[in-house]
Amino acid sequence: MAENKNNPSQVGDTGHVWDGIRELDNPCPRWWLNSLWLSGLIVIVYFILYPSLPLINDSTKGLLGWTQIKEFKEDLAKVEAIRAPFETQLAAMSAEEILADQEMLNYAVGSSKVLYGDNCAACHGTGGAPAEAAGYPNLTDDDWLFGGSVNEIQMSIANGRAGTMMAHANLLNETEVDQLVQFVVDSSNGTANEAGLALFNAKGCFACHGADAKGIKAMGSANLTDKIWRFSGDEEQIRHTILHGVNDASDPETRIAVMPQWSEKVAIMLQVRADAIADEEDLNDIDWSDELEGDEAERLTETEIKKLAVYVYQFGGGQ
Amino acid sequence: MTEELKKQTENVDDLYEEVSEWHINVGGIKIVAKRLAGRFRTLKWMGMSIWSVLFLGPYFRWNDSQAILFDLPNRQFNIFEITIYPQDIWMLSLTLLFFAILLAAVTSIAGRVFCGYFCFQTVWTDIFTWLEGKLEGNTPQKAMKFNNAPWSANKFGRKGFKHTLWLLIGLLTGISFVAWFTDAFGLWTNLFSLQISVTAAIIIAAFTFGTYTFAGFMREQVCFWLCPYARLQGVMYDQDTLLPSYDAERGEPRGRIKKGQDNSAKGSCVDCNVCVAVCPTGIDIRKGQQEGCITCGMCIDACDSIMDKVKQPRGLIRYASYKELHHNAASIPLYKRFRVIIYAAILLSALSGIVYGFMHLSPTEFKVVHERQPLFVRLSDGSIQNKYTIKLLNKTKQTLDISFGIKGLDGATLHGLKLMTVEPGKVVPVTALVRVPEDKLKEGVTPIIFTGEVLSDSNITLHYKSMFMAPK
Repeated sequence: MAENKNNPSQVGDTGHVWDGIRELDNPCPRWWLNSLWLSGLIVIVYFILYPSLPLINDSTKGLLGWTQIKEFKEDLAKVEAIRAPFETQLAAMSAEEILADQEMLNYAVGSSKVLYGDNCAACHGTGGAPAEAAGYPNLTDDDWLFGGSVNEIQMSIANGRAGTMMAHANLLNETEVDQLVQFVVDSSNGTANEAGLALFNAKGCFACHGADAKGIKAMGSANLTDKIWRFSGDEEQIRHTILHGVNDASDPETRIAVMPQWSEKVAIMLQVRADAIADEEDLNDIDWSDELEGDEAERLTETEIKKLAVYVYQFGGGQ
Repeated sequence: MTEELKKQTENVDDLYEEVSEWHINVGGIKIVAKRLAGRFRTLKWMGMSIWSVLFLGPYFRWNDSQAILFDLPNRQFNIFEITIYPQDIWMLSLTLLFFAILLAAVTSIAGRVFCGYFCFQTVWTDIFTWLEGKLEGNTPQKAMKFNNAPWSANKFGRKGFKHTLWLLIGLLTGISFVAWFTDAFGLWTNLFSLQISVTAAIIIAAFTFGTYTFAGFMREQVCFWLCPYARLQGVMYDQDTLLPSYDAERGEPRGRIKKGQDNSAKGSCVDCNVCVAVCPTGIDIRKGQQEGCITCGMCIDACDSIMDKVKQPRGLIRYASYKELHHNAASIPLYKRFRVIIYAAILLSALSGIVYGFMHLSPTEFKVVHERQPLFVRLSDGSIQNKYTIKLLNKTKQTLDISFGIKGLDGATLHGLKLMTVEPGKVVPVTALVRVPEDKLKEGVTPIIFTGEVLSDSNITLHYKSMFMAPK
């Protein structure tokens, strides 16, 4: 019979026939079917153990109580556990000691990258060198207004800086301004003449910039004899600085150059002091230990500032 | 039905007829292969015995530590005297290439030698079936009798013993595998004190389950339907490849020899079916080349023993090439085969690469990375400063003291870089500052070479070419 001939192994068929070709109903290999059932079983077990079925505001929790955020927090705790001994050690060390210890230095630099990126890079640039037009200080060179030792850098970060230069628009005539601009440009090139220096002294510039025009660290005044410009070496820009000054509240066109206080402690103290003055209280009556207790860290902790000082120091300009 | 359609249907029927004898093994019937001694059986035992290295290797000591340890947590491979770090991983690539091509080369010359004599699936299955045969009978008849018998203490005991042995072998396989990646003796201590790491436990469990399932139950089904190499190797044959084959010209027409009859019209094959009975994948070699053949040669041994009994020359089933069987032609000698030449060339170059790598394993890895942001800094005296991060990996087993220098750039001075001490296996990044007066710089980018001097060992010289960047 034709049917038997077509179907030597005598398996059943599905009843489908096309042009004499019958669709046989061979079973799947058993191991293959077993694997299929097993995968189904794994799905069921998964549904029981893990969060799976979405509900209206939530989902089923699963027996293991696993959540992504929990796993993330556990991983974070592991990282913190690795960092903890370093952080404890760092807290007890001075910035100078950290610089002297290669291992701690590597840790401080490595762990400050995010800190710097979050708090400092917006003005000073990712690598410590901002675009010149932005007008922020470059942290990678060897010219420091307030000093380039790691302790001085730490002070600048903690307490903030706002050097001032008075606007000279009403104090100098046009010729004098021209002469002073020329003197500043020449000083930088090492070709300043006596007449310029005389005017520099006569107009009282030396009081802030020093008799040798090299700036005074305590005041944060700029060194006018080096190749680095706080704002710009362009003559028009120098003129603008002389005419309108820096941080001079009386001149609307003045250059703004303010580094905020990053110390939580300093910021709170300044606020408390300002409030006390506004309320006409006696400053000697303030209980500092009470004021400074229990405040959430809104800015940076002392250790963080120390780490940042080390980080900035190692940009290459530290002294 | 029109004439044409009728004809078509008949052709289809022919198709069915053609494959009617073909049996596709999907695991419905358990194969119980008979075991016979012979040349290829001995060869198979020898191939299998190589795997004892897996079980014994980790316990071999060298200089008070494990001779071969793939220490993944510490990112290093310890092989006797040598320590290999991730930087030398290209040697591993070459090693893998070597073995991949070796597989292809051997397949092209003598078929699936790997499958037949060495593959872990074959080897473990062989051990498992050997145990099963000992306990439940080593022929299909005995096995069927045992399995059809009603449950008794004896049957239950034998079955239980078999599964226990299988699981133990699986467990030992898993433990031995893990022992290559961690301290082997410590692993046993941890196992008995139940302080084994979760990773190790999961791997051992997976190996135990995998071995038990694949060698105990899946067996030849893995070779038929799961293994990619089985199909991959099949396409590497050519007409000169030596394969276990049935000499049909000599064997056919097959038939049993009957006493007192004229048997001269019959071929050499006495149709005893022993070649089928001994096949671990249950195929009939007399049907020609097929996917199930792992070229283990068991059928050759079987047929030879029968030929000896009926006083005929051996070799009715033998290792022979397609050319030899069908064209009576000799195979092309190995050195004239194009494929073999190409494979040999790749094998040789991979091998020389590995040998070169081992001869030139650098004791250190010295890298100088130029700061990207900013590329350069102008200092107050007008000179230009570049910042570099120097990284030195110490691949020796001693602490190294290194002093650094620069050369190749006129007027350049090195700052901020002191003497560096690097512990074995550690990498220490150090910042280096290079200053050059502006009048010494003519171009935006100038080459500069960093050098290092190892104080304790003058044989190690460090050298790295970098760039000095300046405004144009």
